[in-house]
Amino acid sequence: MDHLILKVTSKLLFAPIILYALYVQFHGDYGPGGGFQAGVIFAVAFILHAFCFGLDETKKALPQKALTVAMVIGFLLYSGTGLVTMLLGANLLSYDALVPNSTHHAGQHYGILVVELGVGVAVASTMLTIFYHFTGREPDIDQEDW
Amino acid sequence: MSDFSPLMSPVVLIDLALLTMLILVAVSMLKSRHLFAVVMLSGIYSLLSAAFFVSLDAVDVAFTEAAVGAGISTVLMLAGMLLTVRREKPKTPGRAPVALAVVLAMGAALFYATIDMPAFGDAQAPANSYVGQEYVERTASEIPMPNIVTAVLASYRGFDTMGETMVIFTAGVAVMLLLGLGSVRGGREVSDAKTKKRDD
Repeated sequence: MDHLILKVTSKLLFAPIILYALYVQFHGDYGPGGGFQAGVIFAVAFILHAFCFGLDETKKALPQKALTVAMVIGFLLYSGTGLVTMLLGANLLSYDALVPNSTHHAGQHYGILVVELGVGVAVASTMLTIFYHFTGREPDIDQEDW
Repeated sequence: MSDFSPLMSPVVLIDLALLTMLILVAVSMLKSRHLFAVVMLSGIYSLLSAAFFVSLDAVDVAFTEAAVGAGISTVLMLAGMLLTVRREKPKTPGRAPVALAVVLAMGAALFYATIDMPAFGDAQAPANSYVGQEYVERTASEIPMPNIVTAVLASYRGFDTMGETMVIFTAGVAVMLLLGLGSVRGGREVSDAKTKKRDD
Protein backbone atom coordinates (compact mmCIF):
# COMPACT_ATOMS: atom_id res chain seq x y z
CA MET A 1 0.00 0.00 0.00
CA ASP A 2 2.07 2.87 -1.27
CA HIS A 3 0.10 5.83 -2.56
CA LEU A 4 2.40 8.78 -3.17
CA ILE A 5 -0.38 11.29 -3.92
CA LEU A 6 -2.30 10.38 -0.76
CA LYS A 7 0.84 10.66 1.35
CA VAL A 8 1.78 14.08 -0.02
CA THR A 9 -1.78 15.38 0.30
CA SER A 10 -2.13 14.16 3.87
CA LYS A 11 1.20 15.75 4.77
CA LEU A 12 -0.10 19.03 3.37
CA LEU A 13 -3.38 18.72 5.26
CA PHE A 14 -2.04 17.55 8.61
CA ALA A 15 -0.81 20.88 10.00
CA PRO A 16 -3.86 22.93 8.91
CA ILE A 17 -6.19 20.37 10.52
CA ILE A 18 -4.28 20.60 13.83
CA LEU A 19 -4.29 24.40 13.57
CA TYR A 20 -8.04 24.37 12.93
CA ALA A 21 -8.55 22.10 15.95
CA LEU A 22 -6.66 24.57 18.13
CA TYR A 23 -8.69 27.45 16.70
CA VAL A 24 -11.96 25.65 17.46
CA GLN A 25 -10.66 24.78 20.93
CA PHE A 26 -9.63 28.26 22.03
CA HIS A 27 -12.15 30.27 20.04
CA GLY A 28 -15.11 28.34 21.45
CA ASP A 29 -15.89 31.21 23.85
CA TYR A 30 -16.46 33.58 20.95
CA GLY A 31 -17.91 31.45 18.18
CA PRO A 32 -19.23 27.99 17.55
CA GLY A 33 -16.98 25.25 18.80
CA GLY A 34 -15.45 24.00 22.00
CA GLY A 35 -13.67 21.07 23.50
CA PHE A 36 -15.76 18.27 22.04
CA GLN A 37 -15.50 19.44 18.43
CA ALA A 38 -11.84 20.41 18.74
CA GLY A 39 -10.93 17.05 20.25
CA VAL A 40 -12.60 15.20 17.40
CA ILE A 41 -10.92 17.36 14.75
CA PHE A 42 -7.55 16.81 16.43
CA ALA A 43 -8.13 13.05 16.40
CA VAL A 44 -9.19 13.16 12.73
CA ALA A 45 -5.78 14.56 11.75
CA PHE A 46 -4.08 11.48 13.17
CA ILE A 47 -6.69 9.14 11.69
CA LEU A 48 -5.96 10.64 8.26
CA HIS A 49 -2.28 10.00 8.95
CA ALA A 50 -3.06 6.39 9.83
CA PHE A 51 -5.08 5.93 6.63
CA CYS A 52 -2.28 7.21 4.40
CA PHE A 53 0.85 5.95 6.18
CA GLY A 54 -0.45 2.89 8.01
CA LEU A 55 -1.34 2.49 11.66
CA ASP A 56 2.16 1.47 12.73
CA GLU A 57 3.64 4.78 11.60
CA THR A 58 0.94 6.71 13.48
CA LYS A 59 1.56 4.64 16.60
CA LYS A 60 5.24 5.59 16.38
CA ALA A 61 4.31 9.28 16.18
CA LEU A 62 1.69 9.13 18.92
CA PRO A 63 1.98 5.96 21.02
CA GLN A 64 -0.94 4.48 22.89
CA LYS A 65 0.82 5.04 26.23
CA ALA A 66 0.75 8.81 25.67
CA LEU A 67 -2.94 8.62 24.79
CA THR A 68 -3.75 6.69 27.95
CA VAL A 69 -2.01 9.34 30.03
CA ALA A 70 -3.73 12.13 28.07
CA MET A 71 -7.16 10.59 28.72
CA VAL A 72 -6.55 10.79 32.46
CA ILE A 73 -5.00 14.27 32.26
CA GLY A 74 -8.01 15.56 30.31
CA PHE A 75 -10.50 14.39 32.88
CA LEU A 76 -8.31 15.51 35.77
CA LEU A 77 -8.05 19.01 34.25
CA TYR A 78 -11.83 19.23 34.37
CA SER A 79 -12.46 17.71 37.78
CA GLY A 80 -9.32 19.38 39.14
CA THR A 81 -10.77 22.79 38.28
CA GLY A 82 -13.85 21.83 40.25
CA LEU A 83 -11.67 20.72 43.15
CA VAL A 84 -9.68 23.97 43.10
CA THR A 85 -12.84 26.06 43.27
CA MET A 86 -13.98 23.93 46.21
CA LEU A 87 -10.62 24.42 47.96
CA LEU A 88 -11.00 28.17 47.42
CA GLY A 89 -14.22 28.00 49.39
CA ALA A 90 -16.81 28.11 46.62
CA ASN A 91 -19.10 25.46 45.16
CA LEU A 92 -17.90 22.84 42.69
CA LEU A 93 -17.03 24.51 39.35
CA SER A 94 -17.94 28.03 40.56
CA TYR A 95 -15.20 29.65 38.51
CA ASP A 96 -15.71 33.10 40.01
CA ALA A 97 -13.68 31.92 43.00
CA LEU A 98 -10.56 31.66 40.80
CA VAL A 99 -10.28 35.46 40.53
CA PRO A 100 -12.38 36.65 43.47
CA ASN A 101 -11.91 40.41 43.16
CA SER A 102 -12.46 40.67 39.42
CA THR A 103 -15.00 43.21 38.28
CA HIS A 104 -15.68 41.50 34.97
CA HIS A 105 -15.84 37.83 36.02
CA ALA A 106 -12.34 36.97 34.79
CA GLY A 107 -12.53 33.74 36.78
CA GLN A 108 -15.32 32.49 34.51
CA HIS A 109 -13.05 33.02 31.49
CA TYR A 110 -10.11 31.13 33.00
CA GLY A 111 -12.31 28.35 34.36
CA ILE A 112 -14.11 27.76 31.07
CA LEU A 113 -10.83 27.83 29.15
CA VAL A 114 -9.23 25.19 31.38
CA VAL A 115 -12.35 23.04 31.50
CA GLU A 116 -12.76 23.10 27.71
CA LEU A 117 -9.09 22.21 27.32
CA GLY A 118 -9.68 19.22 29.58
CA VAL A 119 -12.66 18.15 27.46
CA GLY A 120 -10.63 18.55 24.27
CA VAL A 121 -7.68 16.50 25.53
CA ALA A 122 -9.94 13.77 26.88
CA VAL A 123 -12.06 13.55 23.72
CA ALA A 124 -9.09 13.56 21.32
CA SER A 125 -7.18 10.87 23.19
CA THR A 126 -10.25 8.70 23.75
CA MET A 127 -11.29 8.83 20.09
CA LEU A 128 -7.78 7.88 19.00
CA THR A 129 -7.66 5.11 21.60
CA ILE A 130 -10.89 3.62 20.26
CA PHE A 131 -9.63 3.98 16.68
CA TYR A 132 -6.28 2.33 17.49
CA HIS A 133 -7.96 -0.60 19.19
CA PHE A 134 -10.53 -1.27 16.48
CA THR A 135 -8.13 -0.86 13.58
CA GLY A 136 -5.19 -2.57 15.22
CA ARG A 137 -6.95 -5.90 15.64
CA GLU A 138 -6.57 -7.11 12.09
CA PRO A 139 -3.80 -6.74 9.51
CA ASP A 140 -4.43 -4.44 6.54
CA ILE A 141 -7.07 -5.74 4.19
CA ASP A 142 -6.93 -5.85 0.42
CA GLN A 143 -8.33 -2.96 -1.56
CA GLU A 144 -10.74 -5.28 -3.38
CA ASP A 145 -11.96 -6.81 -0.12
CA TRP A 146 -14.41 -3.99 0.63
CA MET B 1 -40.38 37.97 16.34
CA SER B 2 -44.07 37.88 15.62
CA ASP B 3 -43.90 38.10 11.84
CA PHE B 4 -43.65 34.49 10.71
CA SER B 5 -42.57 34.00 7.13
CA PRO B 6 -45.13 32.92 4.53
CA LEU B 7 -45.58 29.23 3.89
CA MET B 8 -43.26 28.74 0.91
CA SER B 9 -40.29 30.95 1.81
CA PRO B 10 -36.81 29.79 0.69
CA VAL B 11 -35.98 28.65 4.22
CA VAL B 12 -39.03 26.40 4.33
CA LEU B 13 -38.13 24.97 0.93
CA ILE B 14 -34.56 24.24 2.09
CA ASP B 15 -35.90 22.58 5.24
CA LEU B 16 -38.32 20.47 3.23
CA ALA B 17 -35.58 19.44 0.80
CA LEU B 18 -33.22 18.47 3.64
CA LEU B 19 -35.89 16.51 5.49
CA THR B 20 -36.91 14.70 2.29
CA MET B 21 -33.31 13.74 1.65
CA LEU B 22 -32.99 12.54 5.26
CA ILE B 23 -35.97 10.22 4.77
CA LEU B 24 -34.60 8.95 1.43
CA VAL B 25 -31.19 8.23 2.97
CA ALA B 26 -32.82 6.45 5.92
CA VAL B 27 -34.93 4.26 3.63
CA SER B 28 -31.96 3.36 1.44
CA MET B 29 -29.98 2.47 4.57
CA LEU B 30 -32.75 0.05 5.52
CA LYS B 31 -32.84 -1.44 2.01
CA SER B 32 -29.10 -1.89 1.51
CA ARG B 33 -27.39 -5.15 2.46
CA HIS B 34 -23.89 -3.89 1.72
CA LEU B 35 -22.46 -2.75 5.05
CA PHE B 36 -19.91 -0.38 3.48
CA ALA B 37 -22.75 1.44 1.71
CA VAL B 38 -24.75 1.57 4.95
CA VAL B 39 -21.83 3.15 6.84
CA MET B 40 -21.33 5.73 4.09
CA LEU B 41 -25.05 6.51 4.03
CA SER B 42 -25.04 7.03 7.79
CA GLY B 43 -22.26 9.57 7.29
CA ILE B 44 -24.38 11.33 4.65
CA TYR B 45 -27.33 11.21 7.06
CA SER B 46 -25.27 12.99 9.74
CA LEU B 47 -24.06 15.60 7.26
CA LEU B 48 -27.65 16.29 6.17
CA SER B 49 -28.72 16.61 9.81
CA ALA B 50 -25.86 19.05 10.35
CA ALA B 51 -27.10 21.13 7.42
CA PHE B 52 -30.59 21.00 8.91
CA PHE B 53 -29.26 22.22 12.29
CA VAL B 54 -27.54 25.13 10.54
CA SER B 55 -30.87 25.98 8.97
CA LEU B 56 -32.37 25.98 12.49
CA ASP B 57 -29.60 28.39 13.65
CA ALA B 58 -28.09 25.79 15.98
CA VAL B 59 -24.52 26.12 14.70
CA ASP B 60 -22.86 24.55 17.75
CA VAL B 61 -24.99 21.42 17.45
CA ALA B 62 -24.41 21.37 13.69
CA PHE B 63 -20.66 21.58 14.26
CA THR B 64 -20.75 18.68 16.70
CA GLU B 65 -22.94 16.61 14.40
CA ALA B 66 -20.65 17.21 11.43
CA ALA B 67 -17.48 16.44 13.39
CA VAL B 68 -18.71 13.55 15.50
CA GLY B 69 -21.56 12.07 13.43
CA ALA B 70 -20.27 12.49 9.90
CA GLY B 71 -16.58 12.39 10.72
CA ILE B 72 -15.43 10.17 13.52
CA SER B 73 -18.32 7.73 13.88
CA THR B 74 -18.13 6.87 10.18
CA VAL B 75 -14.44 6.12 10.62
CA LEU B 76 -15.05 4.09 13.78
CA MET B 77 -17.86 2.13 12.13
CA LEU B 78 -15.58 1.37 9.16
CA ALA B 79 -12.92 0.21 11.60
CA GLY B 80 -15.50 -1.95 13.36
CA MET B 81 -16.69 -3.29 10.01
CA LEU B 82 -13.19 -4.59 9.30
CA LEU B 83 -13.67 -7.05 12.15
CA THR B 84 -16.81 -8.58 10.70
CA VAL B 85 -18.30 -9.54 7.34
CA ARG B 86 -18.93 -6.97 4.61
CA ARG B 87 -22.45 -7.99 3.72
CA GLU B 88 -25.52 -8.44 5.84
CA LYS B 89 -27.04 -11.93 5.66
CA PRO B 90 -30.22 -11.97 3.55
CA LYS B 91 -33.22 -12.48 5.74
CA THR B 92 -36.79 -13.10 4.64
CA PRO B 93 -39.01 -10.61 6.43
CA GLY B 94 -41.80 -12.28 8.37
CA ARG B 95 -45.31 -10.94 8.72
CA ALA B 96 -46.11 -9.52 12.16
CA PRO B 97 -49.59 -7.94 12.07
CA VAL B 98 -49.65 -7.10 15.77
CA ALA B 99 -46.33 -5.30 15.63
CA LEU B 100 -47.44 -3.41 12.50
CA ALA B 101 -50.66 -2.34 14.21
CA VAL B 102 -48.79 -1.15 17.30
CA VAL B 103 -46.28 0.81 15.20
CA LEU B 104 -49.03 2.40 13.10
CA ALA B 105 -51.04 3.38 16.20
CA MET B 106 -47.92 4.82 17.83
CA GLY B 107 -47.04 6.78 14.69
CA ALA B 108 -50.58 8.14 14.42
CA ALA B 109 -50.46 9.19 18.09
CA LEU B 110 -47.18 11.00 17.54
CA PHE B 111 -48.55 12.81 14.49
CA TYR B 112 -51.59 13.77 16.56
CA ALA B 113 -49.32 15.07 19.33
CA THR B 114 -47.47 17.41 16.95
CA ILE B 115 -50.67 19.49 16.67
CA ASP B 116 -50.19 20.53 20.30
CA MET B 117 -46.55 21.49 19.85
CA PRO B 118 -45.68 25.20 19.91
CA ALA B 119 -44.74 26.85 16.62
CA PHE B 120 -41.04 26.93 15.72
CA GLY B 121 -39.40 30.00 17.24
CA ASP B 122 -42.34 30.72 19.53
CA ALA B 123 -41.04 32.91 22.37
CA GLN B 124 -43.72 31.54 24.71
CA ALA B 125 -42.77 27.90 24.14
CA PRO B 126 -41.59 26.06 27.27
CA ALA B 127 -38.18 25.47 25.69
CA ASN B 128 -37.64 29.22 25.25
CA SER B 129 -39.02 30.44 28.56
CA TYR B 130 -38.10 29.59 32.18
CA VAL B 131 -34.48 28.51 32.55
CA GLY B 132 -33.55 29.06 28.89
CA GLN B 133 -34.67 32.66 29.10
CA GLU B 134 -32.74 33.07 32.37
CA TYR B 135 -29.53 31.90 30.71
CA VAL B 136 -29.96 34.29 27.76
CA GLU B 137 -30.69 37.22 30.06
CA ARG B 138 -28.00 36.58 32.65
CA THR B 139 -25.04 35.41 30.56
CA ALA B 140 -24.09 38.91 29.46
CA SER B 141 -23.70 40.14 33.03
CA GLU B 142 -22.54 36.97 34.81
CA ILE B 143 -20.27 35.37 32.20
CA PRO B 144 -18.81 37.91 29.79
CA MET B 145 -18.70 35.56 26.86
CA PRO B 146 -20.25 36.14 23.43
CA ASN B 147 -21.15 32.48 22.86
CA ILE B 148 -24.00 31.67 25.24
CA VAL B 149 -23.82 27.99 24.28
CA THR B 150 -20.30 27.74 25.73
CA ALA B 151 -21.35 29.64 28.85
CA VAL B 152 -24.25 27.24 29.45
CA LEU B 153 -22.23 24.16 28.59
CA ALA B 154 -19.11 24.90 30.62
CA SER B 155 -20.35 27.10 33.44
CA TYR B 156 -24.09 26.93 34.16
CA ARG B 157 -24.21 23.24 33.26
CA GLY B 158 -20.57 22.54 34.10
CA PHE B 159 -21.41 19.55 36.24
CA ASP B 160 -23.33 17.92 33.36
CA THR B 161 -20.39 18.42 31.02
CA MET B 162 -18.09 16.89 33.62
CA GLY B 163 -20.34 13.82 33.53
CA GLU B 164 -20.16 13.76 29.73
CA THR B 165 -16.36 13.88 29.83
CA MET B 166 -16.48 11.04 32.36
CA VAL B 167 -18.70 9.04 29.97
CA ILE B 168 -16.22 9.48 27.10
CA PHE B 169 -13.33 8.56 29.39
CA THR B 170 -15.22 5.44 30.52
CA ALA B 171 -15.91 4.47 26.89
CA GLY B 172 -12.20 4.67 26.13
CA VAL B 173 -11.32 2.56 29.17
CA ALA B 174 -13.99 -0.01 28.26
CA VAL B 175 -12.66 -0.34 24.69
CA MET B 176 -9.13 -0.74 26.04
CA LEU B 177 -10.26 -3.48 28.41
CA LEU B 178 -12.43 -5.33 25.86
CA LEU B 179 -10.16 -5.15 22.82
CA GLY B 180 -7.12 -5.94 24.86
CA LEU B 181 -4.31 -3.49 25.30
CA GLY B 182 -1.50 -5.44 26.88
CA SER B 183 -3.40 -8.70 26.78
CA VAL B 184 -1.63 -12.02 26.26
CA ARG B 185 -2.21 -11.76 22.53
CA GLY B 186 -1.13 -8.14 22.45
CA GLY B 187 -4.29 -6.87 20.78
CA ARG B 188 -2.92 -7.57 17.30
CA GLU B 189 -3.37 -10.29 14.70
CA VAL B 190 -5.92 -12.16 16.75
CA SER B 191 -6.22 -15.71 15.49
CA ASP B 192 -10.03 -15.87 15.37
CA ALA B 193 -10.14 -12.84 13.08
CA LYS B 194 -7.78 -14.47 10.58
CA THR B 195 -9.40 -17.89 10.34
CA LYS B 196 -12.94 -16.55 10.11
CA LYS B 197 -14.69 -17.54 6.92
CA ARG B 198 -15.90 -14.62 4.83
CA ASP B 199 -18.99 -14.88 2.69
CA ASP B 200 -17.73 -12.66 -0.10
